[in-house]
Amino acid sequence: MNRAAPPGDIPAARAAPATLTHLQRLEAESIHILREVVAECEHPVMLYSIGKDSSVMLHLAMKAFYPAVPPFPLLHVDTTWKFRAMYEFRDAMAKRLGMQLLVHVNQEGLRLGIGPFTHGSQVHTDVMKTQALRQALDQYGFDAAFGGARRDEEKSRAKERIFSFRTAQHRWDPKQQRPELWALYNARKRPGESLRVFPLSNWTELDVWQYVYLEQIPIVPLYLAAERPVVERDGALIMVDDERMPLRPDERPQMRKVRFRTLGCYPLTGAIESQADTLPAIIQEMLLTRTSERQGRVIDHDAAASMERKKQEGYF
Amino acid sequence: MAHQSELIARDIGAYLHVQEHKSLLRFITCGSVDDGKSTLIGRLLYESKLIFDDQLTQLAADSRRVGTRGGELDFALLVDGLAAEREQGITIDVAYRFFSTERRKFIVADTPGHEQYTRNMVTGASTADLAVILIDARKGVLVQTRRHSYLVHLIGIPRIVLAVNKMDLVGYSQASFDEIVGHYRDFAARLGLTDISAIPLSAVHGDNVIAPSTHMPWYAGPTLLQHLETVEVDAALAGQPFRLPVQWVNRPNAEFRGFAGLIAGGTVHRGDRLRVLPSGREGRVARIVTAGGDLESASAGQSVTLTLDTEVDVSRGDVLAAADAPPQVADQFEATIVWLQDEPMLQGRTYLMKTGTRTLSATVTPLKHRVNVNTLEHEPAERLELNDIGVCELELDRPIPFEAYSESRALGGFILIDRLTNNTAGAGLINFALRRSQNVHWQALDVDKQLRARLKGQKACVLWLTGLSGAGKSTIANLIEKRLAAAGRHTYLLDGDNVRHGLNKDLGFTAQDRVENIRRVAEVARLMVDAGLIVLVSFISPFRSERRMARELFAAGEFFEVFVDTPLAEAERRDVKGLYRKARRGELKNFTGIDSPYETPETPEIHIDTTALNADQAAGSVIAHLASRKVIAGA
Repeated sequence: MNRAAPPGDIPAARAAPATLTHLQRLEAESIHILREVVAECEHPVMLYSIGKDSSVMLHLAMKAFYPAVPPFPLLHVDTTWKFRAMYEFRDAMAKRLGMQLLVHVNQEGLRLGIGPFTHGSQVHTDVMKTQALRQALDQYGFDAAFGGARRDEEKSRAKERIFSFRTAQHRWDPKQQRPELWALYNARKRPGESLRVFPLSNWTELDVWQYVYLEQIPIVPLYLAAERPVVERDGALIMVDDERMPLRPDERPQMRKVRFRTLGCYPLTGAIESQADTLPAIIQEMLLTRTSERQGRVIDHDAAASMERKKQEGYF
Repeated sequence: MAHQSELIARDIGAYLHVQEHKSLLRFITCGSVDDGKSTLIGRLLYESKLIFDDQLTQLAADSRRVGTRGGELDFALLVDGLAAEREQGITIDVAYRFFSTERRKFIVADTPGHEQYTRNMVTGASTADLAVILIDARKGVLVQTRRHSYLVHLIGIPRIVLAVNKMDLVGYSQASFDEIVGHYRDFAARLGLTDISAIPLSAVHGDNVIAPSTHMPWYAGPTLLQHLETVEVDAALAGQPFRLPVQWVNRPNAEFRGFAGLIAGGTVHRGDRLRVLPSGREGRVARIVTAGGDLESASAGQSVTLTLDTEVDVSRGDVLAAADAPPQVADQFEATIVWLQDEPMLQGRTYLMKTGTRTLSATVTPLKHRVNVNTLEHEPAERLELNDIGVCELELDRPIPFEAYSESRALGGFILIDRLTNNTAGAGLINFALRRSQNVHWQALDVDKQLRARLKGQKACVLWLTGLSGAGKSTIANLIEKRLAAAGRHTYLLDGDNVRHGLNKDLGFTAQDRVENIRRVAEVARLMVDAGLIVLVSFISPFRSERRMARELFAAGEFFEVFVDTPLAEAERRDVKGLYRKARRGELKNFTGIDSPYETPETPEIHIDTTALNADQAAGSVIAHLASRKVIAGA
């Protein structure tokens, strides 16, 4: 038996459409994917990163299984360096939706004091994200994990399947991917092997924002512009979110009206100066600017083709 | 331009309202190597302003480093994603790209032009509404063009754009264009493809991609993007009879029982009478449930949850269909198969078949022919290799509701999954059901296996001895049977050599024949177990897949795989029948262990190491195992 969802979480009904719009087609496809995993896998989990894509994915899950609560837990792989506003938002969402929230921290990494300031982004991401994720999947024995990645984000994502097979060592082999035809997803695997499943594969950044806007999906306030304390470091605006951030001699935090296009570990996530403090204003700004979304993420700059390599090693 | 910057800046609310009503077009681009596919897609992304400044900076740097355009912007680099591809300068897998205009969102499946990558094109085509077939104006219609067009036709994409590229290299000549289009139409007509729009363009220079070309005033038709923006997206699905393959049964509490799925065809209204297939039971739609509130009706393409007004048994894999126009139900089909994996498709082999939301076993019965995709001729074949396309018959382990692929992609398309590797091995299209499948039914008999076995005072089972030639299977099987007979058990021994003298004397030793050999023996063993016998099978049975197929014919606890484990060197040293010597001399082809593989059992019920046990001890250990499993009383 699945538990029933709390009432009143979803916006009021719209009539059944004559022809489907692009968002309606995307929504129906994502719901189909979510249900297919629940029907075919024994122990699925939804990776919840607290960002806008996770919020949309979670919203779609609430729709897919309504009136039941989605029959899987949320998993947050916590590097311990997220923005404080993200932690608050995470806990409030899980509580409101009545879903189980698992939080996993790489305890070994924590014991060694791994962090972005002391060890650099590459080591931090590898230990606290990639390895931590593998630990969590192994520890709980999940055989399928939903992720909110989109194919338009980055070139190696563009070739990844919606049902993306992983070996027992969590490795992705871009040259041995299963062909994916029609809406027939092959979820078969042996014990120990697993799937990463990406229900938002065919969504673009604009689709996600538009859907957030239309469906009034809650998002972390950091996406909206506000006065925040930042320092300018190596060409990026880094928010001073807590006392763990060591300031260089010439750095003085100053209040600037900024927002974030993506959310991750605060020391690795650059802000942009912006006046956009409503959803339409964000979308407007996004359409008029000419810088891609992942540019704010420090991790992609580390090496050419770095995302493809990270993914082969088990990063989402 | 693609996004109306002015409107965005002036009135974002109005802009969003327009965006809300955009439609979606999925298309595939196909062409040969160097036809300029990646350049064309890169150009579409660039011109629809989806290339951001940082990507442009990266592109400029990459163009200087590895570009093929002498340092100028090489748009192909925008879409050639994986590191390996950048090094080789080719596209090696299906990639999906996104761009949108004020009218439409587009999803492009970018597929490679290499002959060996047919599987990628079929994959990309399976979700496409339209195909853009690229032709190099200098080269005209090539073998690959024919192949791509055949695949587009096979997968049932209704609309084709013939994009004659590199017009700049033929002096923007109308005569060249007309000649190519003429050739192509002749060829396409033979396939039955008629909805073709031909556009002359130059992706490198942008002619007729977005804006009309100034170099080709003789062409009055739409540019590529204009065509893609206005071509009608098929809405015919909604007009078909209602079909909903049930994905998941939603039971949050005792009061609610909903059937969730994506509507594959037609429209459903509250109160409609539906039939559940294959069971044939009926009920009326009580509610159409969505999280946004109940609906009065829902149509093809929507993911919904239905409840019925009566208690009807419905589970995943069933199809809810309009009661007055239900699909047929059958368990044998003729189907067209596209083979997608290295390991070939063999006649007689059993695969998992996923169609709709149902997964079941399907056995390949005769392979009728292979299609030569270059000449479209039918060729005799005994197997399908990677990228082969063929027509075969399939026998399922139970009946399913279906429609011909030409009627419904959702109820007529399927994938075949390799049961050992779990790889997606093939894609298939149901052509029609075989009539015999609708008329032959399994006859339920009053005297059953349990009763027959009880009369003999035993439990029926099969001992399946597998191992290399000369491993000692027959010797051990003979000893086991003697002991069982002495204990008053009713047995039968099926020996590989003996069966090949009669039932299987028409079979040789090729991989296909080995598969068929085992299939027949497994079926005979099943009948004998049904007769209540303890059956011993002594067969090399080298392939895991066939041993598993045999195992699946029996109930749990009835099948004992006995691995007679003798190392190759030892079997060859013994060489009782002199066969290894012959095989080494090349006088025996396809000899297991020499030039044909033996796939070692992974988890046999009984493992006999013949280097540690003699035949008598081995037989004893098998008898002891049967006693421990209560198949026979302690002996």
